[in-house]
Amino acid sequence: MDEQRLDGNAAAGILEEIFTFEITTARAACVHCGAAGEVGAQMAYVTEIGTVLRCSSCDNALIRIVRQQTGPQRYWLDLKGIDYLQLQ
Amino acid sequence: MAGTVRRLTWQIGEVVETSPQTPRTKSLFLEVPEWRGHRAGQHVDVRLTAEDGYQAERSYSIASAPENGQVELVVERLDDGEVSPYLADELRDGDGLELRGPIGGWFAWDAEEGGPLLLVAGGSGIAPLMAMVRHRKAAGSDIPVRLLYSSRSYGEIIFRQELETLAADDGTIEVIQTLTRFQPEGWHGYDRRIDEKMLREVAYPPEEHPLAFVCGPTPLVETVATALVELGHDPTRVKTERFGPTGG
Repeated sequence: MDEQRLDGNAAAGILEEIFTFEITTARAACVHCGAAGEVGAQMAYVTEIGTVLRCSSCDNALIRIVRQQTGPQRYWLDLKGIDYLQLQ
Repeated sequence: MAGTVRRLTWQIGEVVETSPQTPRTKSLFLEVPEWRGHRAGQHVDVRLTAEDGYQAERSYSIASAPENGQVELVVERLDDGEVSPYLADELRDGDGLELRGPIGGWFAWDAEEGGPLLLVAGGSGIAPLMAMVRHRKAAGSDIPVRLLYSSRSYGEIIFRQELETLAADDGTIEVIQTLTRFQPEGWHGYDRRIDEKMLREVAYPPEEHPLAFVCGPTPLVETVATALVELGHDPTRVKTERFGPTGG
């Protein structure tokens, strides 16, 4: 399967399917290394089935989203790589 | 973040015009009935559905200014792409195209945010940066702009005429071109890929705290972002949009 390493901004579409506010300008702090930065500035790994957002400093998985491909619209959202989200 | 809850929804835009830009790229102009307005630099997701239900999604940057009612996308035809050959070859005026957006507030610029603005593009990466220079003009802004644009050849410079006119009419916008593969006779611009030396010559000095937007193929974006930081630019003021290795 093709996997693309892109900017966090490229994950804005799938993130907006879940979050109803602009999350790419929110700041996320990494549980692993403590670095905090805007979600759009992290790295996004995008595939057909889902997206992993990784810390641009240490590569820790901050956000993992899997979208069910068939049947009802259903998501699995793993945020445990994030220490906190700062919203504005 | 207060405000009404809204979901990002798919809708149908109508193709009102298609216009060739270069041999491999084309502009699509869309009327989107439920368009809630965009910021320069944002993108849309486009979705194609095959007869058997298979769906393919791609992101396309918006090239038009927010002040323009239509949505302009630049489509580059990738021969082995799933989506771009359809958009480039098959789509006709009057056709509907499923899309959602605008998306992504991070890689976006409003004239009120100031500058100076350093824009660096490779190929069709010019699209979101074009929205920024068009927005700047429509807003009557005189924020200084330098646009460094890398194309393979003269004929592959997207928006060439408009960029030439902009630079000629407006002393506060400078357009610097580099042609990486073929240069016409008498070419006075750069003739190589963007590197640190070029950025040192072109970019505003770090002391001026420029806001940089970089968009293009992944290798170009990574080279430029790394070089700008090495030259002393604030990493939080260098925003990048990679196309990635595949796409299409």
